[in-house]
Amino acid sequence: MSLKSTAMNITAPVIPAHWQIRAVHRFLKIKNTLFKGPYVPTFVESPLPEVDTLAIEDIDVSSPFLFRQKKWQSYFKRLRDECPVHYQKNSPFGPFWSITRYDDIVFVDKHHDLFSAEPIITLGRTPEGLEIETFIAMDPPKHDEQRKAVQNVVAPKNLKEMEGLIRQRTREVLDELPVGQPFDWVKTVSIELTARMLATLLDFPYELRHKLVYWSDVSTASPETTGGRVDSDEIFAAAADAGKHFVKLWHDKAAQKAAGQEAGFDLISLMQVNEETKDMVKRPMEFMGNLTLLIVGGNDTTRNSMTGGVLALNQFPDEFTKLKENPALIPNMVSEIIRWQTPLAYMRRIAKQDVELNGKTIKKGDKVVMWYASGNRDERNIDQPDTFMIDRKGARNHLSFGFGVHRCMGNRLAELQLRILWEELLQRFDDIEVLSEPECVQSNFVRGYSKMMVQLTAKK
Amino acid sequence: MASVTIIEFGGTEHEVEIEAGKSLMQIAVDNSIPGIDADCGGACACGTCHVIVSSEWFAKTGSTSDEEDMMLGMTPERADTSRLACQIEASEALDGLVVQLPEFQM
Repeated sequence: MSLKSTAMNITAPVIPAHWQIRAVHRFLKIKNTLFKGPYVPTFVESPLPEVDTLAIEDIDVSSPFLFRQKKWQSYFKRLRDECPVHYQKNSPFGPFWSITRYDDIVFVDKHHDLFSAEPIITLGRTPEGLEIETFIAMDPPKHDEQRKAVQNVVAPKNLKEMEGLIRQRTREVLDELPVGQPFDWVKTVSIELTARMLATLLDFPYELRHKLVYWSDVSTASPETTGGRVDSDEIFAAAADAGKHFVKLWHDKAAQKAAGQEAGFDLISLMQVNEETKDMVKRPMEFMGNLTLLIVGGNDTTRNSMTGGVLALNQFPDEFTKLKENPALIPNMVSEIIRWQTPLAYMRRIAKQDVELNGKTIKKGDKVVMWYASGNRDERNIDQPDTFMIDRKGARNHLSFGFGVHRCMGNRLAELQLRILWEELLQRFDDIEVLSEPECVQSNFVRGYSKMMVQLTAKK
Repeated sequence: MASVTIIEFGGTEHEVEIEAGKSLMQIAVDNSIPGIDADCGGACACGTCHVIVSSEWFAKTGSTSDEEDMMLGMTPERADTSRLACQIEASEALDGLVVQLPEFQM
């Protein structure tokens, strides 16, 4: 644990979290004016070269424009075919290894003894001063304790209780959609549905739910972390605002519990009844880390699969026909959407010792990136991987949730949300036509959409 | 014929033939038994082929590796005789084995 984090834990009972975050921000601004701060890359978009014009060692898949410029498939195919374990020594995020084949990714993901998830799972580092502590970026045994304390919020048993509520909220959103006129699917459906879901999981004030989406978007979008566009002033302001609201929520929940109210199935209530986490509010960076993980985990991922599914069915219209003829394919299609979209491109590790992999020697301390987006298109494991097939055999065998101890905790919630969305959509609409190319976010981590105009045709 | 019995959470029983050398997960998948997802295809990396072995059979299914133990540790439905079916190798010696499926796979 860092000195700053320890200091924050000691002062947490007397100084509110959002004041602490602001104080760190002010301190760093002064420090970095006086001394040179850590390097923060800047990204200006220009067309990326075609991959076949590059020498293999010059291929850099860390570009935040690779997905947006639709170059990712050709870049990763070349790496898979010619150099599946690839070293890029000069990226804006420092040197790193890319693991691009399915089997190699499973190997790295499974071997937490060889590859550490600490201190963070993105290609770049978190902004200086915001090194939050979260179990996705912890190794066993601490990871296991923390995950167990919160995983019940999205465990299948809890979801069974919540299915009715999720369906009701989905219906509310879909019933208000305009028919026969263009609208932005991302804003109106994908973001709205995930915001409602997050507010439900946290029992967060419903009218403030869009703050959750904003905090989540900002937290993964700094240049030094993922090549995004949000500067550190904005991130600090968002972190302070989030800290203030989350701490208040914690104390509100504690007061309700003390007043004898029955504990809910929301995240904070679950934390407050667990021995490991019941005092977490006194450890601000850990508390913020866990909440950030939950909102990021439930935001970018499902949101972009909600958009990606509509896009895929437009690019493969025969599959839409097949779906309407046989809605029983929805659960299988949900897995196929999650594979096809792969909303998070990768997870990062650090080698804990020298490791031989596919003919290369990864040195202790090297950064290793498991490109799920590439493994999910690996011809060696997946038949016609670029084709979207709603009745694909073995559709569940995708990498998007990761494998091993860090496997996505919210996978069943994601599948449930997407299944309900498509069940309800098919009951209402005959077509969801994508009117123009969607706009993609700038990131090497989140494969997401910021806008996608569509038009609905009502069911006859 | 040597067989194993897989009992779904709801109580539905499936008696399936043992194919020696295959994993119990593969046998369940080949026979389309509902309730075994096998998302990682047998790599002991997802925990979605969780079965609860009847106590008299538990020792005969082999030992649980550290890796399997860690994956099982992630499911709240873990019981004393939990195993991942992909880590149980089927053989004639398992003739008569009975396993229960949990309510949910993780």
